[in-house]
Amino acid sequence: MKNCLVVDDSKVIRKVARHMLESLDLSVREAVDGQDALTQCEASSPDVVLLDWNMPVMSGMEFLQALPGANIAARPKIIFCTTENGVGHIKAAVEAGADEYVMKPFDRETLESKLAIVGVI
Amino acid sequence: MKAVTSRASSAMGEGIRALSALLEARTGQVLSQDRQWRAETALQPVLRAHGLSDVEVLAAHLARHRDMRLEAQVVDALLNNESSFFRDHQVFEMIRGQVLPDIRARRADRRLRIWSAGCSTGQEAYSLAIQLCNDAENWRGWRIEILATDISATAIHRARGGIFPQMDVQRGLPVNDLIQWFEPVAEGWRAHGRLRGMIDFRQDNLLDPQAPCGPYDLLLCRNVMLYFAQERRGRMFDLLKRHSHEDSVLLLGAGETAIGHGEPFVAHPDFRGAYRLPSCARGPARFPLRRA
Repeated sequence: MKNCLVVDDSKVIRKVARHMLESLDLSVREAVDGQDALTQCEASSPDVVLLDWNMPVMSGMEFLQALPGANIAARPKIIFCTTENGVGHIKAAVEAGADEYVMKPFDRETLESKLAIVGVI
Repeated sequence: MKAVTSRASSAMGEGIRALSALLEARTGQVLSQDRQWRAETALQPVLRAHGLSDVEVLAAHLARHRDMRLEAQVVDALLNNESSFFRDHQVFEMIRGQVLPDIRARRADRRLRIWSAGCSTGQEAYSLAIQLCNDAENWRGWRIEILATDISATAIHRARGGIFPQMDVQRGLPVNDLIQWFEPVAEGWRAHGRLRGMIDFRQDNLLDPQAPCGPYDLLLCRNVMLYFAQERRGRMFDLLKRHSHEDSVLLLGAGETAIGHGEPFVAHPDFRGAYRLPSCARGPARFPLRRA
C-alpha cells in the first residue's frame, strides 16, 4: 500500500484529506508543518507528500527547498495543496520542484486525478 | 397523509416520464433510472427562469403549449455534460505514446483528422490539442483537423469559449499544461487561442449528423453509447463506420463495447481497448499511406 504524508497546520484539512486518501487505498500519516514533515520523511520516506503552502515554523516552500539536502531514502512526489491560486505561485512551486498543484477547495476526484498524474495510483 | 404522499410521488413519476419522452424524441437518449433522480435538480434553473413551481407544472405546461424554446432548455438541462481533461489517464497515455505516432508513421500526406463525437464541454478535444501542441516538433508541416460535436448548444457554447472553472482544470489537467496552455480569467481559466483555433466545435445530433465529413484517423465516442438504446447504438456504430477508413482507430468509454452490434468494429490488435474496422469492411486506402 502506497503511503501519503499530509502536511497542513489545519486539523480539519488533514482530516478531510485523510478521508479522501484512505478511500483511494493509500495509508496516511500527518504532519503539522514543514519541519515536522522533514523529520518524518527522514524517518520513513512516503511515496507522496500533500503539502500546504502557508504554515508556521516551516512553510511548504521552505520544506521543498530543504528536501534535496535532507537524508531521505527516496524523494517522494510532491503535490502542493494550497489556497494560493495565483499563476505566479503555481509557477514558483513547479520551479521549486513540485510535481503537481491542487488549489483549495478540492474534491476526491481532483485528488485522484493528481495522484494518477504523478504515478502514485 | 400517506395517500397524499403516494399520489405526489406517482404524479412526480408521470412528469419525469413525460420529460424523458421529450428527451428521447429530441436526442435519442434514454433517461435511465439512475439519472431520473437527478433530473429534478438539473431542471431547477429552468423552473426558476420560467417561474414554474415543479417538474409536474413544467410537464403540464409543455403538454398544453407548443413552447419550442422551453423544450430546448429542458432537453439541454437533462443532458449529462460531465467531462474532464485527460479523462481515463491511461487512454490518453496510449493516444500520446502509441496511436498518434502510428498515424504519423502511416499518413504520407501529412494530414491528421480527429473526431470527438459527444464532446460535451470540450475537455476531450482540448486534451488532444494539448498533446499535439506539446509534441509540435513532430507534427511540424502537418495539416491537423479536430472536429468536436455535441447535441447540447450550451455545452458547445462553453467549449468554444474555452473558459473552465477552477474545479474543472484541476481534474486531470497536469499543472505544467495548465501553466502553458491556460491563462487565469475572472471566471476561471481560459484555453490559449492556439488550442481554441485547432478545434472546430459544432452542435450536431449523432442520430441526424450534419457536421462530420470523414474519414477520420482517430474517432473518440466515449461515454456516449451508454445513454442510447440498443437499436440506436447500432445506428451510431454505422455512422462511425461510414466516417472511418481502413486504419482508423475508434475509442469508446471504459464501460462500452462495439461487440454485439453485428461487428461494425473489432478489437484493435495493437491498441488495448481500441477498435478498428473488420478486415472484410476495410476497403482500399483513400489517401496515400506509408507501408512497411
